[in-house]
Amino acid sequence: MPYDMSPLFLSLKVAAISTFFVFFVSIALARLMSRREFVGKSLIDAIILLPLVLPPTVIGFGLIVLFGANGPIGSLLEDWFGFRVVFTWVGAAIASFVVSLPLMYQSVMAAFEKVDPRWENVARTMGVSEWRVFRTITFPLAWPGILAGLIMAFARGIGEFGATLMIAGYIPNVTETVPLAIYFAYEAGNMEKAAFWVIVISAVGVAAITWVNYWRKKTAIRIGRE
Amino acid sequence: MLTVDFQKSLEHFKLACQFQLDDEIMALVGSSGSGKTTLLNCIAGIVHPDGGQITLNGREFFKEGRKPMKIQQRKVGYLFQDYALFPHLSIEENILYGTPRGSDLSHVTELTNILGIRRLLTKYPHQISGGEKQRVALTRALAAKPDVLLLDEPFSALDDDNTRRCQDELFRIHEHWKIPVIFVTHRKADAERLADRVVRIEKGHMTEQL
Repeated sequence: MPYDMSPLFLSLKVAAISTFFVFFVSIALARLMSRREFVGKSLIDAIILLPLVLPPTVIGFGLIVLFGANGPIGSLLEDWFGFRVVFTWVGAAIASFVVSLPLMYQSVMAAFEKVDPRWENVARTMGVSEWRVFRTITFPLAWPGILAGLIMAFARGIGEFGATLMIAGYIPNVTETVPLAIYFAYEAGNMEKAAFWVIVISAVGVAAITWVNYWRKKTAIRIGRE
Repeated sequence: MLTVDFQKSLEHFKLACQFQLDDEIMALVGSSGSGKTTLLNCIAGIVHPDGGQITLNGREFFKEGRKPMKIQQRKVGYLFQDYALFPHLSIEENILYGTPRGSDLSHVTELTNILGIRRLLTKYPHQISGGEKQRVALTRALAAKPDVLLLDEPFSALDDDNTRRCQDELFRIHEHWKIPVIFVTHRKADAERLADRVVRIEKGHMTEQL
């Protein structure tokens, strides 16, 4: 390899960890928001989707305010666990989480809405618990949409730049993700290095989309063709 | 005994149902959109009436002002109009979905043999015909040994031979299990052959046919 591959491994680690948490949080939120009516629901929905329309710098600023040494969460983490978020890869993972959550949330909501309620009702008439209805009917039938959301969230996590730069900074071999490596290589006039990382990140994106399309076709053979 | 006495406002009229059903077979006839499926849905607990009550053998499914009994607790066998087979599960998994592990499945084996669906068990819903789906859905509705059986047009996709076979089996099960059965049909012949009672619903009003 012409260059140290650590930015790619760091990007994959950050995106994988943030996607792992995005998966569970978005499913819990989508389930809650699609099934329950409560005061302030529209406001919560707007807050979840807000990162889609905010500039990355605003998200980065918000994260520094929250997770900085004097921020409400940052100071608690430092006092209780001696753990810092700012200028670490964890900060990059949190930035990825915040920007990819709304994408995944939207996909999961759409996937749940596509599941015909008749199937869930049939299952209920057979006496099975709500958890089993979700686990064996709703989730598997929504899986193609959830999978597409996961890949989008992962891709967004890998590509995150602005908020990551603000909270994690650019520290080679510590917080240097692929987008940061591209930007700073370009800034330094090293076009060859920037082009290398552009090709690497594009290949990862193409592979992810190809894989999603393959899986969607495979699952569509059985799902949705009653 | 199934006791039904409720009202529910629908888009164009008010559905008012009042009847008692012993361990009999009742046919519901009436034009499309007259409230037949809504009646079945109210008994199953999928939708709730505006007022009144529904009880089965003393168990209160619904009573105005009280929390309705959950669908899961009603022990209702329901064959939906368009079968609603789970598309991602095999026919065998569909049929056994609601049966507890380790329970006696001899009646399921018998049903699959009589209704001629044994060879379909490893297939998926999209791989079988409409008539086969209907027989699978009927078997599934009966597999968990329900206390009341609701069938929304159970014979509409079947040819004459299969209709007769399904009806004979339904008769036999009914003789054996002694549960209330309500089935929706558009075919007068089905109602006359199978039902102890025939009830017509038009724009939400029920009238018993003699």
